Amino acid sequence: MLDDVKHIILILSGKGGVGKSTVSTQLALTLKERGFKVGLLDIDLCGPSIPYLLQLEGKDVHQADGGWVPVYTDDKQNFAVMSIGFLLNSRNSAVVWRGPKKTAMVKQFLTDVCWGDLDYLIIDTPPGTSDEHITVMENLKTVKCDGAILVTTPQQVSIEDVRKEITFCKKTGIHILGLIENMSGFVCPHCTECTNIFSKGGGESLAELAKIPFLGTLPIDPRVGQLLGKTCVKELPDSPSAKTFNGIVDRLVVT
Amino acid sequence: MQQKVEINGQSRRQMQKAINEKKKKSRDVTGQEDDADDDDDVSERNCPGIKSKDAGKASACSGCPSQQICASGPKGPDPGIELVQNRLEQVKNKILILSGKGGVGKSTVTALLSRALAADDSERNVAVLDIDICGPSQPRVLGVLGEQVHHSGSGWSPVYVDDNLSVMSIGFLLSTPDDAVIWRGPKKNGMIRQFLSEVDWGKLDYLLIDTPPGTSDEHLSATTYLSEADLTGAIIVTTPQEVALLDVRKEIDYCRKVGIKVLGVIENMYLFVCPCCQKLSEIFPATTGGARRMCEDLDVTYLGGLPLDPKIARYCDEGKNFITEMPNSSITDSCKNIIKELAKYRKETH
Ligand SMILES: Nc1ncnc2c1ncn2[C@@H]1O[C@H](COP(=O)(O)OP(=O)(O)OP(=O)(O)O)[C@@H](O)[C@H]1O
Ligand SMILES: [Mg+2]
Ligand SMILES: [Zn+2]
Repeated sequence: MLDDVKHIILILSGKGGVGKSTVSTQLALTLKERGFKVGLLDIDLCGPSIPYLLQLEGKDVHQADGGWVPVYTDDKQNFAVMSIGFLLNSRNSAVVWRGPKKTAMVKQFLTDVCWGDLDYLIIDTPPGTSDEHITVMENLKTVKCDGAILVTTPQQVSIEDVRKEITFCKKTGIHILGLIENMSGFVCPHCTECTNIFSKGGGESLAELAKIPFLGTLPIDPRVGQLLGKTCVKELPDSPSAKTFNGIVDRLVVT
Repeated sequence: MQQKVEINGQSRRQMQKAINEKKKKSRDVTGQEDDADDDDDVSERNCPGIKSKDAGKASACSGCPSQQICASGPKGPDPGIELVQNRLEQVKNKILILSGKGGVGKSTVTALLSRALAADDSERNVAVLDIDICGPSQPRVLGVLGEQVHHSGSGWSPVYVDDNLSVMSIGFLLSTPDDAVIWRGPKKNGMIRQFLSEVDWGKLDYLLIDTPPGTSDEHLSATTYLSEADLTGAIIVTTPQEVALLDVRKEIDYCRKVGIKVLGVIENMYLFVCPCCQKLSEIFPATTGGARRMCEDLDVTYLGGLPLDPKIARYCDEGKNFITEMPNSSITDSCKNIIKELAKYRKETH
């Protein structure tokens, strides 16, 4: 099913709540904005947030002869989305599964979804290094995966977990495309003084230490959190976030 | 005709079948202990569960692809449950700190509350158990990074942060901070059982259990092992924005399904106080009414809110005790109020 997908990119982070889903969504939207055909796969089974972030809650996935048909956000079918959120009939019910069941579901997402021909498939993952991650790695061995983008916030508690994620990538032979530092600094709307809520620069120094490319920083910007399916680089073209997303996509497109 | 794929509804059984078929074919590569034994799913409605004496025999079992495995599996409760029950007999109040969403401050809240409980009364014994296997934070936030745990005849002795505050975490068992614990569920299950049944806490008034985000193996394991150990209940941590509440609602649903009492919800990082102009702003805007509204909707207690304070993040990174070093801050106040709320559920040591 992934044969006609030209590039596969994983978004990883050891720590929860660092903004993987927001980064995944905005990267996918930025790529689409550049004219690519993009797929976004959410393998966070316990906390799928992609349907909400793209305002696609309540959409259905259908079974066709070839497999599962993802949810398209546009008529031209240039943006395809798959998430367990589309398979649940109540947004409040919990998916309480142990590993083997999660493994089976992730596998199904990788093998049974008809993505068609895509330029990019972005895979958003849950935090940690567990069943979902091991399964993705195993299943991507046979198809070519460009690598992983790691997301962190600047604090030590987060950096610590990303170091574990780097070890995970090395052990499983996943190429690391680079590291993004999210939530570095908040600009007070009252005095426009920038406060480094979570210190700053932790990501950049880690990237240097681990010899992986540093892809840029994203400040805390409540506007970005409220885009809900709109494209940052289009809606907030002058924001620092848009610059970072554009920068990352420039790099991805070259390689 | 295209058919709608759905998990909870009609076609769920079918899909489950497909998943199970697939699973049989694929006993895959890394650390393979994927046996059906670990596949008990509390959300499956009529499944008696593999541990039950009706496993494989109940009416819901007919046609289930796992029927045979279930029927032939070993019966009776996991022996770990009794071990945990015995070990934790001396622990008065056992509280899980949960949140569906990652990074909302579970570990921070766990550390703050444990420190507030310990500082409030030096006669009170408090402990923290960190069951986040892939991303343990307690060694850092409690300032005991790099410490070692020792094994003795009576079990593992935890690391002491203070005379009346101890902690156990997988972080103490890793040789370097870069070590990744790449484990599938069953192995994590074993570790959590050991943590719950083999740590020599001594007499405790409070045991706070910090968990990883989500509702998965760690949570199921902890819930199972604590099922006979008289768990006090769970504190749910959230931030105000809808992406977090979305997951937290699921967590509350989970607690109800498995019979864990929800003691209340703490809304973390709900307002930002600018250190320059002291004005308040919302970093994570509560577009859907925040935690308060959710608590009303779901009829659970709102335990209180903690503002976003850059000092907290710094103190936690450095492992310093915010509660005693910042006795006059509003966060310290809030924590004190929360432990007062918790006292309502408290059992006193004899
Ligand atoms: N009230 C607060 N003010 C400022 N910073 C905070 C506050 N609460 C938490 N933080 C910071 O937010 C980050 C995430 O917190 P924490 O590690 O406790 O979250 P968690 O829910 O345990 O995450 P995970 O899901 O990864 O286990 C930490 O850097 C912490 O210092
Ligand atoms: Mg934590
Ligand atoms: Zn200000």
